[in-house]
Amino acid sequence: MKNETQEFKWVGKRPIRPDGVDKVTGRAKFGADMHLPGMLIGRVLRSPHAHARIRSIDTTKAASLPGVKAVVTGSDFPPPPPPVWQAAGEVPVNFRDLARNVMARDKALYDGHAVAAVAATSAAIAEEAIDLIEVDYEVLPHVIDVKAAMKPDAPLLHDDLFTDGVSPKPDKPSNIAKRMEFAVGDIEAGFSKADVVIEREFTTKPVHQGYIEPHACVVDSSEDGRLFIHCSSQGQFMVRQFCARVLDVEISKVTVVPAEIGGGFGGKTTVYLEPTAGLLSRITGRPVKMVMSRTEVFRASGPTSGGATKIKIGATKDGTITAAQATLAYQAGAFPGSPIGPGCMCAFAPYNIQNVNVVGHDVVVNRPKVAAYRAPGAPISEFGVECVIDEIAEKLSIDPIALREKNAARQGTKAYYGPTFGPIGFVETLEAAKQHPHYSAPLGENQGRGVASGFWFNIGGDSSASVHINEDGTATVIEGNPDIGGSRASLAQMAAEVLGIDYDKIRITVADTSSVGYNFLTGGSRVTFASGKAVIEAANGAISELCARAAKLWEIDADAVEWVDGEARPAGDNAGDFEPMPLSTIAGASGKTGGPISGHASLNVKGAGPGFGTHICDVEVDQETGRVSVIRYTAVQDVGRAIHPGYVEGQLQGGVAQGVGWALNEEYIYDKDGRLDNPGFLDYRVPVASDLPMIDTVLVEVPNPNHPYGVRGVGEVPIIPPMAAVANAISDALGVRLKDLPMSPPKVLASLSNGGSRTPS
Amino acid sequence: MPRQHVTTEVNGEPQDFLCEPQETLLDVLRDELHLTGTKEGCSSGDCGACSIMVDGRLVCACLMFGVEAQGKTIETIEGMAEGDKLHPLQTKFLEEAALQCGFCTPGFLVAAKALLERNSDPTETEVRYWLAGNLCRCTGYDKIVRAVMDVAAETRET
Repeated sequence: MKNETQEFKWVGKRPIRPDGVDKVTGRAKFGADMHLPGMLIGRVLRSPHAHARIRSIDTTKAASLPGVKAVVTGSDFPPPPPPVWQAAGEVPVNFRDLARNVMARDKALYDGHAVAAVAATSAAIAEEAIDLIEVDYEVLPHVIDVKAAMKPDAPLLHDDLFTDGVSPKPDKPSNIAKRMEFAVGDIEAGFSKADVVIEREFTTKPVHQGYIEPHACVVDSSEDGRLFIHCSSQGQFMVRQFCARVLDVEISKVTVVPAEIGGGFGGKTTVYLEPTAGLLSRITGRPVKMVMSRTEVFRASGPTSGGATKIKIGATKDGTITAAQATLAYQAGAFPGSPIGPGCMCAFAPYNIQNVNVVGHDVVVNRPKVAAYRAPGAPISEFGVECVIDEIAEKLSIDPIALREKNAARQGTKAYYGPTFGPIGFVETLEAAKQHPHYSAPLGENQGRGVASGFWFNIGGDSSASVHINEDGTATVIEGNPDIGGSRASLAQMAAEVLGIDYDKIRITVADTSSVGYNFLTGGSRVTFASGKAVIEAANGAISELCARAAKLWEIDADAVEWVDGEARPAGDNAGDFEPMPLSTIAGASGKTGGPISGHASLNVKGAGPGFGTHICDVEVDQETGRVSVIRYTAVQDVGRAIHPGYVEGQLQGGVAQGVGWALNEEYIYDKDGRLDNPGFLDYRVPVASDLPMIDTVLVEVPNPNHPYGVRGVGEVPIIPPMAAVANAISDALGVRLKDLPMSPPKVLASLSNGGSRTPS
Repeated sequence: MPRQHVTTEVNGEPQDFLCEPQETLLDVLRDELHLTGTKEGCSSGDCGACSIMVDGRLVCACLMFGVEAQGKTIETIEGMAEGDKLHPLQTKFLEEAALQCGFCTPGFLVAAKALLERNSDPTETEVRYWLAGNLCRCTGYDKIVRAVMDVAAETRET
């Protein structure tokens, strides 16, 4: 299974990451660690209402408090740009809604929606000033639940929102922003061929990305209108574009310096504070620092959608799936744009099914606008699918891995959402899971085992990089993607491999927006793949130049020189008899042969390799308390090729931990007035070290042919299977199928008191 | 109320500072002393990113006032390496990829060091419960727990 045909010097090894020392010593500068002279502190006033018209805002008292330098509301911002949708992250964005999410204009649409902001000489004064702002609200009826929001008589969030994707165009506004449908074959004919048909309804709760670093920025506006932004984000170019649009300034006037990022998982693919800090800085002429509290992070940023799904799958007695149907409704939060598209496309993608019908709805509700979260949309739909597949396997008395294998997508399978898969490793993950000792290990009392699989596209996109050969034979790599989990290491490893010099001779920098060509953000599991390709091409450009310089010194043709193991060599006997010339020699002589030696690449990278994973989960259920403990976990994934296996394993382990939290504990809880009841880590409980076992990983390597080293993305897939793997394990332990997340103790207890019998089908 | 004068020792050096009575020790460390290695993740003692040692006790700096540090000895992540020699936990975290974003890492290192000073041979369960006050959202804890146990094992051998 492992591709052992090529031996590499750096690819596949586990060197120390270039930013490692800074991160274990406290040197690394994250979003909130920047301090500028004369800096003011900004704070945001947030709506306490889920839905309210803002009649007026009186800032007089706040503005007259000594130490307060500026107070802004929605009317101080430029008018919102037109509502044009564009791809700008893992989830599309329109800048009108983005601007209105950054600062409410006529209406507050969720508990936590920003309505005003201040800048003051200290945090204490800023907080006091916030309390002095008087907002006259007209509280409106609100809607939190996705199904309730779809009803014709539901309170409307936007009176200009008409359901897109239905014909003819509706004449009444609705909270259903969009309807989409994917269909192949004849769904009814497919079900009529089935011997067993199972249809189930599932719900998932919104969960927060839960990065430990709250959103933070420092923005400094100059007298000539330039903006210097230091912030933590998943993409400095995204921040530049978004701030330029919301503040209506030219992109060339905005420089964004990427701070180290303390986790994102998709949640930092948009802006919340930066435009407001920019406006406050422009008004005061001083740098403004803004940092969210943890409560604000929960109330006003992220999370991902909650969803209501109905999944129907039919199969013949031998386990062949003949038809699959899904109806999905995803909460978008206060503005349209849930990840319903990927949710629809991923639902059945692991399987080769002739008759498929998927209908999705994007629904606005009075909650914070959702942000991308690791494989956005996929976990919600695939949870239900993987549970129903498990139930079919049980009903047909077929091993759940064997059932998946029988229906698995393979190379050449045409996915119902369009493309035909190239080389993919889904079957290989199933094989590896089946052979893993975990799968056949004995279970104890009150224990159960579940399996589930997952699919994510992975993406490419725009990437730029430069490689500079230094005069002492070292190299500098300049790239433009914030390093969220070891990408500096993997990019530097690939550069070392291509250049043929030691990893330690390479210094890699994540550059600001003025110092490197455009890079799409860190997301969609694209960086090691796409920016890796840019680094490789830039390194190859430098090698061409190195060969040309050696040719000049040897006085032969440039194409008579080849690059092998970090040195120039004559290409064949006809080229002449010269001693190989190492990179350091050519670099040292560069002043005499034509000047600095560099390579550059700016690419639109296509050909991302789809990712598949299969997980095995053992749980133990405490029948008295209803607590479910994950006692053993194995994650198998086709990673294409692991450039730095340590950080690839880490992606799998981290995704599993987040998935287990989503499965068992995490949820947004709203009170009857639409206020978030649990905006803190005490009550929104992410898994802690004592909640989890070791998480075993198996890296299957089916190389992606569209990358020189075979890289696929790895970060998204591992969050998809855990919810179903846990649910299927609970079913195995108790004979009860839970369909509503999280599967917290009260729900488990309730299902036990209902007899613990298997759900009738 | 006027700013209070506080005299302490930080990472082995005498250190005095002025602070507002309501300022937390975390604010003082980060904003007054510019020791920004200690992180703020929640300000409510739930995440452990601001773990420091005060008179040999592991505490969340966000749960102490700056004025409470009067006469106390404080150790932060910035004092963990000795010159350019990293602490074995720092080295092991790097070797075993026990960090991803690195934001929670200072807190984990300070907490893990406190554990090993009390218990040189912790079980996996003991490591997990000791570190249960430190949240990590990236790693799933696997490599962190392994790194701590590996340092414990290597320290016992030497």
